[in-house]
Amino acid sequence: MILEHLPALQVTVPLAAAPLIVLVRQSTVAWGVATAVSWFAFAAALLLATQVAGGGPVSYALGSWPPPWGIEYRVDALSAFVLVLVSGVAAVVAPFAWRSVAAELPRDRVYLFYALYCLCLAGLLGMTITGDAFNLFVFMEISSLASYVLIALGRHRRALLAAYQYLILGTIGATFYVIGVGLLYLMTGTLNLADMAARLPALAGTRPVLAALAFITVGVSLKLALFPLHLWLPNAYAYAPSAVTAFLAATATKVSVYILLRFYFGVFGARLVVGELPMPEILLALSILAIVTASLVALWQADLKRLLAYSSVAQIGYITLGVGMASRDGLTAAVVHLFNHGITKGALFLLVGGIALRAGRAGFERLQGLGQVMPLTSLGIVLAGLSLIGVPGTAGFISKWYLVLGAIEAERWWLAALVVATSLIAVAYVWRFVEAAYLAPPGAATPQPGEAPRAMLVPAWLLVAACIWFGLDTSFTVRGARSAALLLLGGAP
Amino acid sequence: MSVASHYSYWITVLLMTAGLYIVIARGNLVKKLIGLAIFQTSVYLLYIAPGKLIGGTAPIVAEAFKLYSNPLPHVLILTAIVVGVATLALGLAITVRVRETYGSIEEDEILAADRDDPDGA
Repeated sequence: MILEHLPALQVTVPLAAAPLIVLVRQSTVAWGVATAVSWFAFAAALLLATQVAGGGPVSYALGSWPPPWGIEYRVDALSAFVLVLVSGVAAVVAPFAWRSVAAELPRDRVYLFYALYCLCLAGLLGMTITGDAFNLFVFMEISSLASYVLIALGRHRRALLAAYQYLILGTIGATFYVIGVGLLYLMTGTLNLADMAARLPALAGTRPVLAALAFITVGVSLKLALFPLHLWLPNAYAYAPSAVTAFLAATATKVSVYILLRFYFGVFGARLVVGELPMPEILLALSILAIVTASLVALWQADLKRLLAYSSVAQIGYITLGVGMASRDGLTAAVVHLFNHGITKGALFLLVGGIALRAGRAGFERLQGLGQVMPLTSLGIVLAGLSLIGVPGTAGFISKWYLVLGAIEAERWWLAALVVATSLIAVAYVWRFVEAAYLAPPGAATPQPGEAPRAMLVPAWLLVAACIWFGLDTSFTVRGARSAALLLLGGAP
Repeated sequence: MSVASHYSYWITVLLMTAGLYIVIARGNLVKKLIGLAIFQTSVYLLYIAPGKLIGGTAPIVAEAFKLYSNPLPHVLILTAIVVGVATLALGLAITVRVRETYGSIEEDEILAADRDDPDGA
C-alpha cells in the first residue's frame, strides 16, 4: 500500500523533484512540477494529520531499519500541525511564484529558482517529520543552503550581502545545534529523539547535558531569529524575491520554533527545562524585549517590506512568550500563533509582492493613494494587518486570546497587559499603511498600471481569507494546538 | 583522567573558539569563511575522537575481535563534511558575486558603498 509510505513520500517527492527540474531546464515545466509537488505535499500532510487525529502518532522506519537503530520518521499531533502549515503555505506560494518570479528573475535562472524552492520545501518538511537528531541537522542544512541561494537571487545588490550574512549566522546556528547533538550522543549513545528522551532523566543535571541544552538553545534561537539573534532577518526578508520572502517568513522560522519545542519538552523534558533551569524566565525576558524593540523599530521603516520584516521579529517574540509560559494555555498560544502568524505574514508578503511587481519596491512614497490604484491589494493588506494586530474575528485574535489566558492563569497580570499594550504598536504600524494608501492622493511615484495580476491576487487572497476563516472557526487550529500542547506537557494527546 | 589525556577535547575547544573569533573579528568576507570552516572542523573532532578506542578495530563480528571502535560517528561526520564543503562553496560563490557587484570583499567598504548609494546602481 502506497499510503503506508506517506511519511517518506512527504519528504522524498519534493527532494526528488529538485534534480528533475534542473535536468529539464524549462521554466514552464519547472513551475508545473514545483506546483504539483507542493500540492502533493499539502495533500500528504492533510492525510497524515487525519491519520494522527484518528489513530495516534504515526511511526515510519526508513529503509525498514527499526528505531532506534534506523532513522525514524514520526508524525504526532505537533509535527502534523507544522507539516500542514509548511506544505499549505508552499501550495499557495507556488502558483503565486509564476508571475512574480518571471518578473523578478532573469529568464535563464527561473528553473533554478523552482529547483531550490523544492529543496527548501523538502528540507523544512524533513526537519518537521524526522525523529532523528542528526537527520534533522542534515535537513536543516538542506533547507538553509537552499534559502541562502533563494535570498541571493533578489534584484537589489544588497540581497547578496543579506544572503552572506544569513549564511554565516545560519551556519553558526546549525553548527551550535550539531555540537549540542554531539554532546547528547556522547552521553546517551543514541540519536533517536524518543530514545534520547527515555535515557536523559538518568543523566539530568550532568554538565554535558546542560552544555548540550545551552548549545541547542542558542543554535536554534539563531535560526528562529529570537531577539537579539535576529540580525540576519530584516535584510534577508527585505531584499529576497517576493515569493521567497513570503515562503520563508511563513515557514522557516516556524519550523525552528517547532525544533525548540521538540527539544525542550520532547527530549530534555519540562522537568529539567522548566523545573530546574531558568529557561522560562530567560525566554520571557528576551520575548518581551523582542516584542517591544522590534515593534518600535518597525514603526520607523521607510519600506513596507522592511516594516513587515521587523514586525516578524516581534511576532516571533509572541510565540516564544507562549513557549516561556510553559503552561497548557501558553503552549497552545505558541503553537496556534505559529500557525496564525504564518498565514498572516504569508498573506501580507504575497500582497507586497504584487506591489513590488507594479512599483518595483514597496517604499512608502510609492504607496501614496494605493487604495485607488490597487484596491484589492490594499484591502487585503488592511485585513491581514488586522490579523497582525489581533482584532477579534481574525486569526491573530485567537493567538493573543490564549496568550492573555496563559498570562492570567499564571497570575501575571502585567504580562497580559503588556500583550494588549504592544498590540497598540502594531496598530500604529499598520495605520502607517492605511494612512499612505487611503488618506493620501496618488503621487508621482505611485504605480500606474494598477491592480496586480490575478495569478498573484488569488493566492494572496486565499491566505487573507484563511486569516479570517481561522479567526471565526478555530476547530482545526485550536484543537490541533491544544493536543500538541498536551503532548508536549506529557498528558494524553 | 588527566588534563593531557583529554588533549583531543582541548584541541576541539581551541579550534572552536578560534574559528568563531575569526568569523566575528575579521571584516574580510573570505577570511570570515575560513573562520567558519575552522569552526565547523572542530565539530568533526568532537564527534570522532570519543568514537576511537586505543587498540580498537573495525566492528567485525568474530571471535578474534573483542575491542572495536564505534563507526557511527565517522559516518555522521562524513555527512557533516559534505555539508561543510557545500556551505563553504556557496559562501565563496556569493563572495565572488559580491566582488563582481561591489568591487570589494571588505565588509566596511561594502557597507560604505551602500551608504553612499542606497539604491545600488
